[in-house]
Amino acid sequence: MTSTAAVFGDSIEPPRAGRWPYFGAFALLFLVGAQVLALVTSPPDRDMGDLQKIMYVHVPAAWNTFLAFFVVLVFSARYLWKHRESDDLLAAAAAEVGAILNALTLLLGMIWGRPTWGVWWTWDARLTSTLVLFLIFVGYLSLRAFVEEPERRAQWSAAVGILGAINVPIVYMSVKWWRTLHQMQSSPSTVDPAYVLGLRANAFAILFLMIYMIRRRYEAAALARATERASQAAALGRR
Amino acid sequence: MTWTEDWRRVRAVAWKDLTTERRSKAGFNGVVALGVTILVLFGFALGPDTRALHDAAAGALWLAVLFAGVLAFNRSYQVELESGALDQLLLYPGARWTIFTGKLLANATFVGLMLVIVVLVALVLFQVQVPSTWPTLVAVLALGALGLVTLGTFYAAMASRSRSREVLLPLLLFPMLVPVLLAAMQASKALLGGDLMNESGAWISLLVAYDMIFFVATHFAFSYIIEG
Repeated sequence: MTSTAAVFGDSIEPPRAGRWPYFGAFALLFLVGAQVLALVTSPPDRDMGDLQKIMYVHVPAAWNTFLAFFVVLVFSARYLWKHRESDDLLAAAAAEVGAILNALTLLLGMIWGRPTWGVWWTWDARLTSTLVLFLIFVGYLSLRAFVEEPERRAQWSAAVGILGAINVPIVYMSVKWWRTLHQMQSSPSTVDPAYVLGLRANAFAILFLMIYMIRRRYEAAALARATERASQAAALGRR
Repeated sequence: MTWTEDWRRVRAVAWKDLTTERRSKAGFNGVVALGVTILVLFGFALGPDTRALHDAAAGALWLAVLFAGVLAFNRSYQVELESGALDQLLLYPGARWTIFTGKLLANATFVGLMLVIVVLVALVLFQVQVPSTWPTLVAVLALGALGLVTLGTFYAAMASRSRSREVLLPLLLFPMLVPVLLAAMQASKALLGGDLMNESGAWISLLVAYDMIFFVATHFAFSYIIEG
């Protein structure tokens, strides 16, 4: 126990912003450019008209949601392996950003579904499993909120994050068997060539934005931990 | 550390938990009463039309077992925490996973007994005929309960030691159990209707796969969460 505590206690320096603000500005500009590019290059869809434009946020957000949760899996596993606090905080930051993208995917999907399918919600396989995924990571984030002791929180949430990620394909399969209605999964090969460029560009735009947000959430969490440690040290009379 | 020693440790933990339960009985009676009450409430929500009740029987049964089971899982660690018994338990030499397997075994016995009573009550209340395929139905009940108990025992180890465990356990557990509940409900429903389309087979293989994956995963993960 003492060995992990020692590693845990002093492992991370409060991170510096470094060149990250420039990356953030780049990500934002890239997003604006990609959106403009997508809107300009794509003709109105034969059936859906301009409604199709929602795709340029909805689909990249959905792809990056899964990517974010894969990041949670990787950093959680690495935390259990190496016991570095930074891995725990990175997993948490990725889960927060992933949950936001997940909510965005669901909301935009509903806005899209209302005019095309005539309903806000339908119990289709991918809608339902995306919602369940959101609930799994709400559970993950609540666990983090309910456990205060940092080392315990890190151990527990790493285990919960890994089990949650293992469950994602199983949930998807079970709900798919239960019922199915959604159109085939969008990938550049199933989408009309006129839309591919805009979709690809926006997938990278959201990816860059996600990386930037994960980094900033990580910095904030690491600073909060550094503050906690400093006030603990002060309370114990150390300087 | 040989397998026989591990197995002895597992049995000791399970026996200890079951003995505590048997001596008080308050926990078991309370949980069973809750399961039956939930069934009655589902009857109010869906009845009194006999057909509607009959169709919803499988879903109502599994939700009653789920809600009552959640209380059992938290209890199984709560009694450990009261006089620092868990710390004592961790001081004994041997692999940590044996504690988990022991608790899993005790909880499985507990939930299994509850399931028998709740199923019998559900058969009466929801006016369900016992189908000719009942051995398969028993297998579905056992597999579903095993999935429920495996993840329940695992998440309760964390939730019971956190603030507001009453909220945290269902919040963590219910979304994770979606595949088990879907499979168990659909297979039970098909079997109660005679399973003319032979749907239950696919659901049973899903249950088996889920149970095996999470049985192994929770055993690996348990040593990380019990010491924290």
